[in-house]
Amino acid sequence: MTKQILKMTVNGETHEVLAEPRELLVYVLREKIGMKGPHVGCETSHCGACTVEIDGKSVKSCTMFAAQAQGANITTIEGLGTPDGLHVLQTSFKEHHGLQCGYCTPGMITRAHRLLQENPNPTEEEVRFGIAGNICRCTGYQNIVKAILSAAAEINAAKEAAQ
Amino acid sequence: MIPAAFEYHRPIDIGGAVSILAEHGDEARVLAGGHSLIPMMKLRMADVPHLVDLQDITALKGITIEDTRVTIGAMTTQHELITHDALFAAVPLLREAALQIADPQVRHMGTIGGNVANGDPGNDMPGVMQCLDATFTLEGPDGTRTVQARDFYEAAYLTDRDDAEILTQISLNATRGGYAYEKQKRKIGDYATAACAVLIEAENGVVSSAAISMTNLSDVPVFSETAAQALIGTSCEPAAVKSAVDAALTEIDPTEDNRGPVQFKRHVAGIIIARAIERAWARA
Repeated sequence: MTKQILKMTVNGETHEVLAEPRELLVYVLREKIGMKGPHVGCETSHCGACTVEIDGKSVKSCTMFAAQAQGANITTIEGLGTPDGLHVLQTSFKEHHGLQCGYCTPGMITRAHRLLQENPNPTEEEVRFGIAGNICRCTGYQNIVKAILSAAAEINAAKEAAQ
Repeated sequence: MIPAAFEYHRPIDIGGAVSILAEHGDEARVLAGGHSLIPMMKLRMADVPHLVDLQDITALKGITIEDTRVTIGAMTTQHELITHDALFAAVPLLREAALQIADPQVRHMGTIGGNVANGDPGNDMPGVMQCLDATFTLEGPDGTRTVQARDFYEAAYLTDRDDAEILTQISLNATRGGYAYEKQKRKIGDYATAACAVLIEAENGVVSSAAISMTNLSDVPVFSETAAQALIGTSCEPAAVKSAVDAALTEIDPTEDNRGPVQFKRHVAGIIIARAIERAWARA
């Protein structure tokens, strides 16, 4: 069917791509825009490895057509930190051993980022409930939860210091 | 998993959406949050030559509360239901139920309209809406009409909605008293093995009114008038809860699937219904 030009902002930059309506957002992000952070895990909206942020919402990008994101503002893991300037969450995952194989990590951190926007000071239970849409088969979650709680504390301390 | 090709439509008002549906008949489907429809399209179990995305239609969004009447636009997401404090004050059952649906990402996309209109017996909101005695508004080529949630569901994926109609809003009264949505599921994100919504109002230490409905225990949600009647005038003592549970269990018709055999589902249902009644009573 007719391809259409899709315009979307990804990590602060505007991109225009030509895509069929049936193309899923995760593939357009990875293959047409070059953001390889969102991973294709289960492709059935269970695992959360493809999680990105769209207009302030955590979204599994395997369960959205790119056409639905026409005009949207999207953040992937690439938009949160860089190899030389890691995001607090990335540093915290590294320090607390919150990853082993790393496959779930981009989705996990992107989701954790939105969780902390909505609830800057979560309890352990709220963290676990908040990442319930992301599966990790390595860590057993314990260190992921620790990493998110520690990042939250660090962000809050930095905010307080700035005031 | 790549769905079959389709034409993508993105109308800006309800009239535009209805005319696309009227033009293409059963070749067209509306897309709300997409978290039931898109997986079906990827599996090629749903063939949708014309997909009508409703996201630009502002008339389908928003929650309004006037006195005790609550109106919810069909495109309101589960996340928006959960985070709306005035809605929680008016109808706390909705937040309790929505929090038990899927996971955070799915709740950011999944909508109340999609959940009630899809007709999947596993969806939680149809039973909740029957418990709340909600009214659905449908708009189609012949105009607007309303239908009660308790009359809407005919069989699995079959509802009173015509192919060319769109479920545009849900309206219901604010509730008083106790409420509970109790759900047994195998893991986060799963559909219910059994779930039950209960509303209870009490006067002078006894139940003055009650409503009980169940999810995923038949091919449609089950609203049990006789179960509710069994609680009236009681103080939800164990014998009263047991007669309500027994009454409710006569109205369900679960089928064996990967959540278990029929006997197991009936067992789980009994426990879930009793817990829902007890929690609603404790809050009444």
